[in-house]
Amino acid sequence: MAPHARDAARTSPVDSLVTRHRLRPLELLPWVLVIPPYWLFDTYLPLGSEILIMVLFALSLDLILGYAGIVTLGHAAFFGLGAYTAGILAANGWGEPISGLAAAAAVAGATGYVTGRIILRAHGLTLLMMTLVIVLALNEAANRMGWLTGGADGLSGIEMWPLLGLFRFDLYGRTGYVYAAAVLFVAWIFVRRIVHSPFGRSLTGIRENVTRMHAIGVPVRTRQVTIYAIAAVLAGIAGGLLAQTTQSVALTVMTFERSGAILIMLVLGGVGRLYGAFVGVPAYMIAQDNLARLDPVYWYFWVGLMLVVVVLFARGGILGIVDRARDLVVRRRP
Amino acid sequence: MADPGADAGLALEAVTAGYGETVVLDRISLALPPGQTLALLGRNGVGKSTLLATIMGHTTLHGGRIAFAGTDITALPTWRRPRLGIGYVPQEREIFPSLSVEENLTVAARGTRWSVARVYDLFPNLARRRTNMGNQLSGGEQQMLSIGRALMGDPTLLLLDEPLEGLAPVIVDALMESFARLKREDSLAIVLVEQHARLALAFATDAVVLDRGRTVYQGDSATLLADAERMGALLGVAG
Repeated sequence: MAPHARDAARTSPVDSLVTRHRLRPLELLPWVLVIPPYWLFDTYLPLGSEILIMVLFALSLDLILGYAGIVTLGHAAFFGLGAYTAGILAANGWGEPISGLAAAAAVAGATGYVTGRIILRAHGLTLLMMTLVIVLALNEAANRMGWLTGGADGLSGIEMWPLLGLFRFDLYGRTGYVYAAAVLFVAWIFVRRIVHSPFGRSLTGIRENVTRMHAIGVPVRTRQVTIYAIAAVLAGIAGGLLAQTTQSVALTVMTFERSGAILIMLVLGGVGRLYGAFVGVPAYMIAQDNLARLDPVYWYFWVGLMLVVVVLFARGGILGIVDRARDLVVRRRP
Repeated sequence: MADPGADAGLALEAVTAGYGETVVLDRISLALPPGQTLALLGRNGVGKSTLLATIMGHTTLHGGRIAFAGTDITALPTWRRPRLGIGYVPQEREIFPSLSVEENLTVAARGTRWSVARVYDLFPNLARRRTNMGNQLSGGEQQMLSIGRALMGDPTLLLLDEPLEGLAPVIVDALMESFARLKREDSLAIVLVEQHARLALAFATDAVVLDRGRTVYQGDSATLLADAERMGALLGVAG
């Protein structure tokens, strides 16, 4: 028996998934980088928390856009639902953070499941328009229901209880930062397991060739609705985190602009590769923060220019550039 | 005509189908008992691929009935059909480029008879390429992978759409040998659409020849193979 045939006989599909997707040391880099700012940039911790929250939001978008290939301009709907759910609970006397997040996840996830079942029958432009309609409709609903959401003035009076009954949400955002980082860490483990599971591989198959997936017996619609609902849950958690750490909710949590911005951040980092969110969001938000200070009038122009450059010259985003640089180095080595 | 559904194999009854309003297949009837092999022949554009696609539910069915494994599958969603045991290998192979060879197989894994190891045993070339991505394969390897992926769903019927097209003679031999093995060891029913009429007729027990969406020959493949004149008339191949 030839050696390769023996290898083949020994390896089960599950083994191969495990070995190919064993945790590489580089994957822990974001978690190392998350620690120093707590001491080094303590005046920037609120920005830091927001970055972590947006990373979670982008990660949830990557599941449906990068893996399942569902293009959406309405993902902020779930972020906003999560934010309003957690915010309204806390403003009405239930400020316990963890259960608030669970409620945010449940509301966003249920909405994701129901709307997903309806809109995922459509494809392409129709689907895109429907995602847009959902975020616009929910935004208007939040605007009209001022008695519940605070409308255009925003939701105020949020009072959070101490995290786990121990850590108060302080003025400097220390608790918020650690809280956001911990939630993101748990979500990352969860998402990583999903994309490396056979279910995750079938999403890639659906993105690349729907007809083929049908023909090998995969219930494509069911899989799409499932991942859409899971992404909605994660986006809802991200929104809930924002409401809890900033202790306010404005209508801007649930806008087309936020849907677009998160899409841009993800594309900037790299789509469909799990770590695009971890690279694109900090790059965009830190650049935005600095540009707004350096050039308060035209800062949006510089953000736009940066995006045009990335789209034109760096397919695959920042991580795509890293890949190509690594290929160059590896190839040059004898 | 027997009631479709009474038959355990594949049965088409007066199937009229096409793409949208366009009708490609005109009242096609055929039956393939379990474990039998069928060569589906005809000139270019007569509807051979459309017939396979219709069995999978990829086309618009205008009339008739399709039954498989005792079930009426005429209106069954496409994704349920492989679960009844129909494996489909499309002409374009359609490997998932972002999945590795092994993942292309595991993503289709359903049953217990077939495993990655068994596909590698059938196609040792794939074992050597297991970590290659789907877009880093030769044409022959892609074809093997596409067949392997269909087998991972544990089919009892394999639909092969011009699997030998554009491949080197040595690969053609290897593939034909693997089809023979599937027929022999797995008693798999196979529908083979092929331009190499002689190769297909020598392989299959039954033959169907289509012309402009209609059946013009239905019977024994040995009979057709022996009748050079008739074959020339039906297929336009020189005696």
